[in-house]
Amino acid sequence: MAVIRDIMPAFQLLQPGTVADAQKLLAQHDADAWIMAGGMDSFDWLKDRIKRPKVLVDLSGIEELRGIRATADGVEIGAMTRLSEVVGHPLIKEKYGLLAQAAELVASPQIRNQGTLGGNVSQDARCWYYRAGWPCYRAGGNICYADTPVGRNREHAILHAERCVAVNPSDTAPALIALDAKFVVQTPKGRQVMDAEHYFVGPEIDITRMNILRPGFLLMAIQIPSTWAGAQFYFEKMRDRNVWDFPLLNVASAMKLSRSNIQDIRIAVNAAAARPLRLKAVEDAVRGRECSPATGEAAGKLAVQGAVPLQFNAYKIPLMRNLVKRAIGGVQEAAWAS
Amino acid sequence: MKEEIPPSEREATSLRLSRRNFIKGVIGGGVAASSAHYLFRASSLLGESSAPGDRLLTLNVNGQLRRADVMKQETLAWTLRYKLGLTGTKLGCDRAECGACTVLIDDVPHYSCSVLTHTVRNKKVVTIEGLANPDGTLHPVQQGVIDEQGFQCAFCMSGFILSAVGYLKTHPNPTRAELAHGLSGNLCRCQDYDKILTAMMRGAENLRKVSRA
Repeated sequence: MAVIRDIMPAFQLLQPGTVADAQKLLAQHDADAWIMAGGMDSFDWLKDRIKRPKVLVDLSGIEELRGIRATADGVEIGAMTRLSEVVGHPLIKEKYGLLAQAAELVASPQIRNQGTLGGNVSQDARCWYYRAGWPCYRAGGNICYADTPVGRNREHAILHAERCVAVNPSDTAPALIALDAKFVVQTPKGRQVMDAEHYFVGPEIDITRMNILRPGFLLMAIQIPSTWAGAQFYFEKMRDRNVWDFPLLNVASAMKLSRSNIQDIRIAVNAAAARPLRLKAVEDAVRGRECSPATGEAAGKLAVQGAVPLQFNAYKIPLMRNLVKRAIGGVQEAAWAS
Repeated sequence: MKEEIPPSEREATSLRLSRRNFIKGVIGGGVAASSAHYLFRASSLLGESSAPGDRLLTLNVNGQLRRADVMKQETLAWTLRYKLGLTGTKLGCDRAECGACTVLIDDVPHYSCSVLTHTVRNKKVVTIEGLANPDGTLHPVQQGVIDEQGFQCAFCMSGFILSAVGYLKTHPNPTRAELAHGLSGNLCRCQDYDKILTAMMRGAENLRKVSRA
């Protein structure tokens, strides 16, 4: 599609200074309101004229949504905290390095300077049919353009596809799932705190949304408990270019070892399905076993069970198998034996 | 703070009237004309910082307070280029994917094509025009570019320089690899990266000399 270089269509810009004001405005405008955090996802929609919101609610002026605070049990990160602040924060680097690694691999330096943690986990799918405004399932239509014999689906889902085959492109989401983070969401009826993996929604639940946010909802903060502080972390992101690109696949794991045995583990992948996947079967299978390449190999095979490739993304199956293997068994043995 | 006449307007009235300066002058003059009725209607606004909801903004750009009539949906790159006449900021992709429009906002590099002007009301914006000293001495990184002849067509240059200036504020002594990582949000279509990096390393060196002195 031709790139439009003219100015965006007009909208009403609202810039609340407090969460209370933001909530009032969201209640007032309901489904007409578009929430903008850093804007890195929003501007594509608006500039391409695919989404035409009447009202834009800019959260960047709300101080209470920003900042990284140590809590009695871990750390709380405001949803509007910039990714570069997450990357550079001493407490995150020292104890929750998995999140710092993931955030550092997002897009480019300027995007990390503007993009927020809340925005990164809440971003929309990047399927280009959907992004270009095709009336697909995710856009409320009745067809998927990517899942056809000639559809361009190299970047699309291998697991849990349900009509829509788009993937969740967030890098920080699997890291937060591996760290057992909790998402604090303000709803019109009050505050909800939920496990990271329950924030995300697959197409089998709602095909038009990537997460539980509805009109009037606001992601306030992300809390990371100290349970996994200083554990053995692994994060790896595969992409075509080393800058800008969304993941073809990423993996995040947090492991606790007692001597060479895996005492406990949490592991998640993203860009494999429409929501980041916590690999619970893998966790259960490797808990108590030796932390070795052989265990990693078994884990990799288990992780991709049930994977269904599309026309152009079969490479993602061995890729995911290898990433899971490396996350558990280490990178010393890169070649896949079989 | 006393408001200075925008460079674009000064240039338009000078006798050496190039086509480039004439066009820039027309852009600047158009703003003056279109915002004139705001000034007469509410002259007490002058010098006050703008509040949410205003369309006539006072922006801190390159250390000057500049007033502009800004649409809600207007990006900073658009305001800088077409309202303030600061055409050193380039628009490449307009999608946060090339870095040509990079400016510093409170000393941090941002893609100005992807920032709403209304969100920088109380911030300090620095563009390529604001780097050199008023006496004409170039910024050490700009001098590095000249020393090493870092660019071919140089369309991406102002973005690269501002990325480097922003990165060097927090990492004054980078290795070549670290600086490459710091500048990784900028693209050069001439594929001149090696020379650009050499120029930026020289700029970092120049900057260290200046700050030691």
